Amino acid sequence: MNFFLQPLTLLTFFPLVGMLILFFIPSDRKDALRWTALITSLITFGLSLWVLGMFNASDPNLQLVARYDWITVAGWNIQYFLGIDGLSILLVLLTGFLTPISILSTWTSIEDRVKDFMVFFLLLEIGMMGVFLAQDLFLFYIFWEFTLVPMYFIIGIWGGPRRIYAAIKFFLYTMAGSILMLLAILWLGIYGGTFSVPDLIAQHNIPANVQGWLFLAFAAAFAIKVPMWPLHSWLPDAHVEAPTAGSVILAGVMLKLGTYGFLRFNLGLFPEATVRAAPWIALLATIGIIYGAAVSYAQADVKKLVAYSSVSHLGFVMLGLFALNSQGMQGAILQMINHGLSTGALFLLVGMIYEQTHTRELKVYGGLWKVTPVFGTIMLIVALSSMGLPGLNGFVGEFTILLGAFGSLAINNPIFASISALGVIMAAVYILYMFQKMFMGPQGEIVDEVKQHGHGRGIRDLNWREIAIMVPILILIFWIGLYPKPFFALMAPAVDQLVANLSNVTVAMH
Amino acid sequence: MTLTDISFSTIWPLAFLTVWACVLLLIDLFIPKDRKGITALLAALGLALTLGFTLTQIGMQQTGFMGMVVADGFSTFVNALLLVSGLLGVALAYGYVKRMGLERGEYYTLLLFSVTGMMLMAQAADLIVVFLALELLSIPLYVLAAFARPNIESEEAGIKYFLLGAFATGFVVYGTALVFGATGMTNLSAIVTAASNGTSNLLLLSIGSALILVGLGFKIAVVPFHMWTPDVYQGAPSAVTAFMSSGAKIAGFAALLRVFATAFPSIASDMTGIFWALAALTMILGNVIAISQTNIKRLLAYSSIAHAGYILMAFVPYGNPDVAPVSIAAGLFYLVAYAITNFGAWGVVIALEKSEGRGLEIGDYAGLARKHPALAAPMAVFMLSLIGLPPTIGLVGKFYLFRAVIAGGFTGLAIIGVLTSLISAYYYLRVVVIMYMRDGEPETEHEAFLDLTTILTAVATVVISLVPQFLFAWASNAVLKLF
Repeated sequence: MNFFLQPLTLLTFFPLVGMLILFFIPSDRKDALRWTALITSLITFGLSLWVLGMFNASDPNLQLVARYDWITVAGWNIQYFLGIDGLSILLVLLTGFLTPISILSTWTSIEDRVKDFMVFFLLLEIGMMGVFLAQDLFLFYIFWEFTLVPMYFIIGIWGGPRRIYAAIKFFLYTMAGSILMLLAILWLGIYGGTFSVPDLIAQHNIPANVQGWLFLAFAAAFAIKVPMWPLHSWLPDAHVEAPTAGSVILAGVMLKLGTYGFLRFNLGLFPEATVRAAPWIALLATIGIIYGAAVSYAQADVKKLVAYSSVSHLGFVMLGLFALNSQGMQGAILQMINHGLSTGALFLLVGMIYEQTHTRELKVYGGLWKVTPVFGTIMLIVALSSMGLPGLNGFVGEFTILLGAFGSLAINNPIFASISALGVIMAAVYILYMFQKMFMGPQGEIVDEVKQHGHGRGIRDLNWREIAIMVPILILIFWIGLYPKPFFALMAPAVDQLVANLSNVTVAMH
Repeated sequence: MTLTDISFSTIWPLAFLTVWACVLLLIDLFIPKDRKGITALLAALGLALTLGFTLTQIGMQQTGFMGMVVADGFSTFVNALLLVSGLLGVALAYGYVKRMGLERGEYYTLLLFSVTGMMLMAQAADLIVVFLALELLSIPLYVLAAFARPNIESEEAGIKYFLLGAFATGFVVYGTALVFGATGMTNLSAIVTAASNGTSNLLLLSIGSALILVGLGFKIAVVPFHMWTPDVYQGAPSAVTAFMSSGAKIAGFAALLRVFATAFPSIASDMTGIFWALAALTMILGNVIAISQTNIKRLLAYSSIAHAGYILMAFVPYGNPDVAPVSIAAGLFYLVAYAITNFGAWGVVIALEKSEGRGLEIGDYAGLARKHPALAAPMAVFMLSLIGLPPTIGLVGKFYLFRAVIAGGFTGLAIIGVLTSLISAYYYLRVVVIMYMRDGEPETEHEAFLDLTTILTAVATVVISLVPQFLFAWASNAVLKLF
């Protein structure tokens, strides 16, 4: 098949088309720029649905493979190798889904250098898609590091008052992890004679003592990205300073690059080391769950509260992944999607109110429900989804993860799952605390303040564009909460295959 | 001696360029003062023709002048790179010297003579020729560094470069004398024979080769022989610095690679530790000191020191015959990556420089992205490439280099390499931060050749990273012939 007509190639690089068009639109035609970016990302989402249509859920292996020799001189064996399977399909869909939503959310909030913003955003989408689809370690590393660049600009140019500090911290922190992974990738490439992930997994001959080091090097890159406690300190800065769209993508997709990395590379390439590390990762994940929840509760800034809640939620994902059984992993993958939807939606909602009030201080809010009933209702649904109310998406993920963690042979200690279950309760505490402070009780001072500055026009409710942004997310929140079966069905065969590999190792080691 | 011993075909591109430079010196007398651009174009034409001739030497494997010079894959690769550097050097200087009031025809002739010295360096197969080439490439550079006279900084740069350079040359001469004393030979392949059949004094040979390393180490600015670099790079006219920081480095590394890989493999076990330490020291010191720089020329000077450290990594495994070809090819590839990126970055510096050294603080770059995106975007690409981030040639170069070092078993050095890259990210990103995230009113010069150079190098930086095959193949063929 023609190189550029491969479905996955097309899906990854389609945003380039939009970028090229953007270059030819004058910078002052802001709406034209916005529409171009939006339509490009919508078509990309359409392409991801097309890929879903061709995807055979019962096949656990890589599908729609695009594989060509790329650099094969001088002892190199690097391939252009894209493929999709049950581990990545949902994340690809999530990326395709959240990008147009984020672009739509910038309609009125990004007025400065719109063209640059849209270019960086589309570049970011290419990078993220590439990370989820690349099956060659070199190609993967290129996409992985590349995602840093546009996000760095998005935070640094369009972010809040401390944006430069946050952007550099984000960049250096993440790069610190990835360069260690680079060395591990090189070692694997030299040792295995190929950078292709499926081939390296099939060889399965990495000596156990080296596996530990390689596992750590990969884990350093991914754990910073997730972020796992105690490597999370870049996250609150980056999330708070980033513009809304940046926060949505950062929380919605980019954190999942880390968890996905663990799933695809650590679990597959280093099974022995994985089994040995499982209890330790579970420990860090549990600390992260409790710590993230406790720190969230202490925040006075709404955005920071949501940011820290990510540390807690991603702790659940890590716990599920390293349960190393089918339930835990399936729950973890679903929870990645759930977190992308719920936390993404929370950031969007916080951004919508911030655009009007220009403050995120919890104490100045209050009694908003009366003023903005639609906003309040949507916020309530999203908040309940984030804290894991049965019937909404968060519950399905967290429940499956905890089930997996309790029965996990690899973690081999129900104490982690028991403590983590407390995290669900703590989530209810900080989420409801936030909701109560903002929407209930006496009217906060901000309501009058906005009225004064706006010459009598107070805080308005959501407009049609904002509702249009939220509705697709709400539909998914209910869909996953009420009928998650199709989502599990997509990933189950691939997860089961991975679990089977790992349980052979577990049995051999115990 | 018969004519066949001479094998003139080995050096004919080099000879052509020398003659061209001499003739240009004469022609320049008849070119009116206000039209020295013609000299520049003629110089560029000479370089371009020589580049064409050099490319016809691909596949040649022959010594000439009774083994004094050699034309092989290695020399062809390096010469091609040097000639491209010369062309870029002329392109960057074209508008710059006019604007700064330095437009004198000698500029381009001196540049051509320096290129001939560099080319001779790449072809040298005898330590005497190495010395000769070193002088031929350096003396024009001393003059060029002081070309902005009576500007005091430029004069200081010239004299400083001259004094330390002369001192360094002394080391090379003394080292050559000791090697001659140890083996009775100055010819590289004869030294190998003498060293391997046990007729030589190995201690003397080691000391001699170490002294040569010191002398060449000055030229390529390796710590602890780097002290002159920041002052000279800052004081010399920017167009000269751009050429010097790439060209002299390429030539110096070519000589080091040639001398150490062909002549001294027998003492590799002694030298590996020294190269290891020099590479580590250079990477650490160069990158750490660069953090505190506020002048863009000094920043790039320290960055150039740091990159010398990365290239030096390629020498560390040279004693291991399995890895040596790969690591030297990696070194060559990295030189290409560095040269392209470096020229581009200096191009942007030149575009922002004003007379009397204004416009050279990093703070002067504030707001560049808004006012001149066509300069800011290439500069951002160059900075990413110097850090080693995708999608740039800098990443591919580092990937290739670290792979060779790890394959050689020097993982510790590779870890130092990546950690110092992380440090470098901080100061390179600061340039990007200031261009993109601070507001200001930068003034820039737009000159056709300058803009063309920055855009072309930026495009090359990205495109070659996506299709590096042909360069990989060329670089690795270049060294296969060396052994």
